[in-house]
Amino acid sequence: MAGTLKFSPDDRYNAFITTCREAPFGDGALGGTAIAVKDNISTAGIRTTCASRILESYVPPYDAHVVGLLRREGAAIVGKTNMDEFGMGTTTETSAFGPTRNPVDPERVPGGSSGGSAAAVAAGLVPMALGTDTGGSIRCPAAFCGIVGLKPTYGRVSRYGLIAYANSLEQIGPMARTVEDVSRLMSVIAKYDFHDSTMLDRPYDHRPTADIAGLRVGVPEEYFGEGVDPRVAETVRDAIGVLEGLGASTVPVSIPGMRHALAAYYVICTSEASSNLARFDGVRYGPAVDTRKTWHEAYQDLRQELFGKEVRRRIMLGTFALSAGYAGRYYAKAQVARRNIKEDFERAFREVDIIAGPTMPTVAFRLGEKTDPLSMYLSDILTVPANLAGVPAISVPCGRVDGLPVGFQLMGRQFEDERVVDAAFAYEQEVRR
Amino acid sequence: MVTESDIEHIAELADIGISRDEVPEFTTQFNAILDYFEVLDTVQGESAPAAGIINVFREDEPRPCLPQEAALANAGSTEDGFIKAPRVM
Repeated sequence: MAGTLKFSPDDRYNAFITTCREAPFGDGALGGTAIAVKDNISTAGIRTTCASRILESYVPPYDAHVVGLLRREGAAIVGKTNMDEFGMGTTTETSAFGPTRNPVDPERVPGGSSGGSAAAVAAGLVPMALGTDTGGSIRCPAAFCGIVGLKPTYGRVSRYGLIAYANSLEQIGPMARTVEDVSRLMSVIAKYDFHDSTMLDRPYDHRPTADIAGLRVGVPEEYFGEGVDPRVAETVRDAIGVLEGLGASTVPVSIPGMRHALAAYYVICTSEASSNLARFDGVRYGPAVDTRKTWHEAYQDLRQELFGKEVRRRIMLGTFALSAGYAGRYYAKAQVARRNIKEDFERAFREVDIIAGPTMPTVAFRLGEKTDPLSMYLSDILTVPANLAGVPAISVPCGRVDGLPVGFQLMGRQFEDERVVDAAFAYEQEVRR
Repeated sequence: MVTESDIEHIAELADIGISRDEVPEFTTQFNAILDYFEVLDTVQGESAPAAGIINVFREDEPRPCLPQEAALANAGSTEDGFIKAPRVM
């Protein structure tokens, strides 16, 4: 039955940039379900800002493919969620609309960059939300807020209408309070779209099952080493023990390329950003540029005024990494490192069915705690490998340290999203009993 | 190591304006990040052509696309159905 959903939430955590007070819905698999959408995914007629002042008044003339699929299945799109500006961050603090707070502890960050989506779900404002994940941006906030988030296999969900900043890494994915809801939302959004030429026709249509007897779980030493809070590591080892109790076996594996992963990731994502964000010049969208100024002068002034510092820093880093004399040392080397990591995963997946570890090395930071960009980047070490390798990865809550949620990360072979969902489901069902 | 004048040059190349007082801060941060990137000097292996990856081509046939009005709707400045940009010369 079609209708209109009234939505006026108590948004005390600043999870939303835009809310739709009257959201139309229809019939279908998600008929009448309130869904929040990260504000870098285009919604026809609903402003889409990427949490940036440069797109403050941008109203997309078309829906992203995933948004069209949500509408087709009857979902009520109730709002656009806060995020790090253009997805560049791990805390949702770089938003031009102010930081989002973590519903578990409002003095903490919700993680990022899909922090608004995670907070909206964790606070119970919506049952499900869409996020995007370039280097952990779904899994990190899912872990910090104590919810479930899936980064699908690269090429499984259309990126048409996603305002991506690093196209070779980014995927749209589902976030919810349960694995079952994550799987349900995934079934709606993972459908072929000819608009995205990096997509394969491998629809996801799956109901999770908790039978994991015989599953081989790889445990990489690199995920439990230096920089990982020992209490987080211990909590995740206990979670792996739960899988063993359900009939899974564990096998030690190694991802030696991990030592290059973070540097390779930041070289590649900033390089792609430097070219990708060139289109934000205030001409086709955004405020009018001053056409009396010269081309470069007009762009430089406008981009200085309307881009935040982290966005400008990443565009500049990428420009440098691609510039004559440096591209061989940075960009080319990063691509080799990326291929090595992909091969490490392929090698490991000949021995095991999934790989398990913590999602984040620590629990949620305090607001304002990470002031230095490099120390912020370092916290992405356990999430970026899945993006570099293009493999699916889910984060499911597995207990608390200092009262704050810890995320249990499960990664699988490319196009085996179903298997990581099943493993997460088996764990979740067991600990909820 | 990058210097403050390198930072100003990179900003210029990237069409990113930065203010005078941001230059020292960006320089320090860049150097810390580039120090970290040095680990890439130890990457083993040569770049090889991607194996098993093929281009996906399609016939160049017209498909429905955005009407002109929608394409212009978000431009701050338009004239006679065109988007107005700053002068190049």
